[in-house]
Amino acid sequence: MDSWTCPVPLRDSPTIVMGHGSGGAMSGELIEHLFLPGFGDAARAEMGDSAVLAPLSGRLAFSTDSFVVRPLFFPGGCIGDLAVNGTVNDLAMSGARPLYLSTAFILEEGTPLSDIGRVAQAMGAAAGVAGVHLVTGDTKVVDAGHGDGIYINTAGIGVIDDGVDIRPTRAAVGDVVIVSGCIGAHGVAVMSCREGLEFGTTIESDSAPLNGLVTTMLATGADIHVLRDPTRGGVAASLNEIARIAGVGVNIVERNLPIPESVSNACSLLGLDPLYVANEGILVAIVAATEADAVLAAMQSHELGKEAAIIGECVADHPGMLVAKTALGGNRVVDLPIGEMLPRIC
Amino acid sequence: MCLAVPGRILSNHERDGIPMAEVDFGGVRKEVCLQYIPDAAPGDYVIVHVGFALQRLDEESALQTLANFESLGLLEEEFGDGFTRAAQQAAAHPEELAR
Amino acid sequence: MKYLEEFSDPELARRLLDSIREVATRPWAIMEVCGGQTHSIIRHGIDQLLPNEIEMIHGPGCPVCVTPLEVIDRALAIAALPDVIFCSFGDMLRVPGSSADLFRIKSAGGDVRVVYSPLDALTLARENPDKQVVFFGIGFETTAPANAMTVYQAKRLGIRNYSLLVSHVLVPPAISAIMESPQCRVQGFLAAGHVCSVMGTGEYPALAEKYRVPIVVTGFEPLDILAGIRRTVMQLENGRHEVENAYPRAVTDEGNTAAIAMLRDVFEVTDRSWRGIGMIPGSGWRLSDKYREFDAEARFDVGGIHTVESTLCRSGEVLQGLIKPHECAAFGKQCTPRNPLGATMVSSEGACAAYYLYRRLELTAASHA
Repeated sequence: MDSWTCPVPLRDSPTIVMGHGSGGAMSGELIEHLFLPGFGDAARAEMGDSAVLAPLSGRLAFSTDSFVVRPLFFPGGCIGDLAVNGTVNDLAMSGARPLYLSTAFILEEGTPLSDIGRVAQAMGAAAGVAGVHLVTGDTKVVDAGHGDGIYINTAGIGVIDDGVDIRPTRAAVGDVVIVSGCIGAHGVAVMSCREGLEFGTTIESDSAPLNGLVTTMLATGADIHVLRDPTRGGVAASLNEIARIAGVGVNIVERNLPIPESVSNACSLLGLDPLYVANEGILVAIVAATEADAVLAAMQSHELGKEAAIIGECVADHPGMLVAKTALGGNRVVDLPIGEMLPRIC
Repeated sequence: MCLAVPGRILSNHERDGIPMAEVDFGGVRKEVCLQYIPDAAPGDYVIVHVGFALQRLDEESALQTLANFESLGLLEEEFGDGFTRAAQQAAAHPEELAR
Repeated sequence: MKYLEEFSDPELARRLLDSIREVATRPWAIMEVCGGQTHSIIRHGIDQLLPNEIEMIHGPGCPVCVTPLEVIDRALAIAALPDVIFCSFGDMLRVPGSSADLFRIKSAGGDVRVVYSPLDALTLARENPDKQVVFFGIGFETTAPANAMTVYQAKRLGIRNYSLLVSHVLVPPAISAIMESPQCRVQGFLAAGHVCSVMGTGEYPALAEKYRVPIVVTGFEPLDILAGIRRTVMQLENGRHEVENAYPRAVTDEGNTAAIAMLRDVFEVTDRSWRGIGMIPGSGWRLSDKYREFDAEARFDVGGIHTVESTLCRSGEVLQGLIKPHECAAFGKQCTPRNPLGATMVSSEGACAAYYLYRRLELTAASHA
């Protein structure tokens, strides 16, 4: 990813200037000599006003997300990985096969072109792994002092096969809750380079496209009720939302949560609860109890699901609430996080 | 008030004339100020609060405390209710448990 | 040795609980002083697992909770000034002042930054010579050595654009104030482990003797807390009122002499008003004359501060252990972690927040019963 070199037409300015966003020759050069080469094989840009796609049959899933992460580059990835994988995953969580993404950039004047080149390369690579195409996009430039370097919006289209019906309202009493892998890595990796909190760690972001894992799970023939990728707010936010929408209670067992020791230690240091830390490469699945073992086995056979574990179940008690059984055998409510997670000292 | 976490000293250095250390918290590393435990050396465990080492962790003491807990269940089965005082004293001298 | 997981072992916890159950023959009310202990108790469910005879009364040991409203308002006024970088521990950001909090000041354009260590604030001062950097120095005796270090270094290195807004509080006077309260029900104390790591145990025998209460220095992991409770109950059952150290791996009788020396140099005792409780004589520290130039309160004249405390908030009674959080009429209604009326609902160690976050299940069930 880091071996991006600045091609000739862009070398008069090593940074973004206002002209790059004005739709003229400079914008064209940026697309042709920075974005398209960066995206590589994943790009399919006929350069019309909109991307014209072949007819698709089946229900369509459509999703959009914007990415404003700071810092832009963090252990294990960058904003580009998140931008592609984030929207791919949103589509996959509806049971869709992601196909096409749009990419819109808001760039701050003064941002080094090399940074943007690295991000574009990361996006192309991520799209390649996920098997999606980047088919249309847009670039705007804002004055220096506005915009934090790079903001990205991606929107995506996917197709949902017949027989797949995945939505949060389907969580039912008696269903089992499965998590696909270790929790907490992404949030800790990003926090480890935030100013004021820097700490050294080997923890890397887990950013990954989950559509392949979902395909594997669906191939078992199981009727998966709910899928959710626990990004901001972590597993706690996702399970709370599902509990509220479906009107069921959710019980989880703390000891069953797969948490790497390094993540757990980092959270201890900062006074954070791993349940609230963001993830970018895991999903939570809710399936009928009779199908849980089959789905779990399928997940564990996939590269991204090796650490998959059953962490809890949906119950009739306390509808709308997430409750965790502590290691000691007590119970505690795990509430929706209120706003930004602040490390505590006290 | 007291979120202090145990960590292991990896290396010592100085910054602006103050003794500092690189400390490992089980995979997480952070720079810690040793102004108050200046002779802490690599391998020592310390309690760290907001970037400062406040006390050394006494390993022997920790092991003793855990041993006390372990012997709790055993002794109460042996002695039954009402012998808790004896149990406490026996727990403080685990060598006497070997009978 | 990890020093953490071993002290959360569920099997050993069960043994300690069984032992407490066997020892306790009648009801006892024990106060855990430190907010960190309150958090650990509620979060791990220790309060649910203790036998019914043992009642844990949550103490005022949450510096976030007891920082006087006037000091919060002063902090907000300073943070709103141009050319000031206001640094704070994360915990303080959402504590409500009379009309705002640091979070809102930040959204309105104030330069408010969360730091992990007070030394980070000093670094910011060096990196931003054209700004004034202020650090919000709250905390009990555990945090005071770290805060003291910053002014010591600032003086040594001549960092003129740094200052400390001091609001330090002390545990022993708090114990006195609680025991002097006419409605006090506390029969024994779990003393704050890390406060004693710094200060040692020397201040407590006089208190144990005067008020005839056992005081057991206790740690924070589940086994530490259970061990502290067990020793306290055993003393109570046997009519003893002594100081015991149930956290010997991190606490010595003499404490950290280097830290104590620094504290004596940098701070001096002062009267302090505890939010929700009122004035407790000799219960705080302020900067000594030698370091007064780094006192943010003196450096920034932010005019007359008129404090307006919520009339509904009963956090003072919660902090003294006179009522439990859910006994306040505003609990969960006008007062939630999202819209806190007082500090005990903001800090996740404040008892109100702990009950709201972790115990709504029982409280909801009880209200429907």
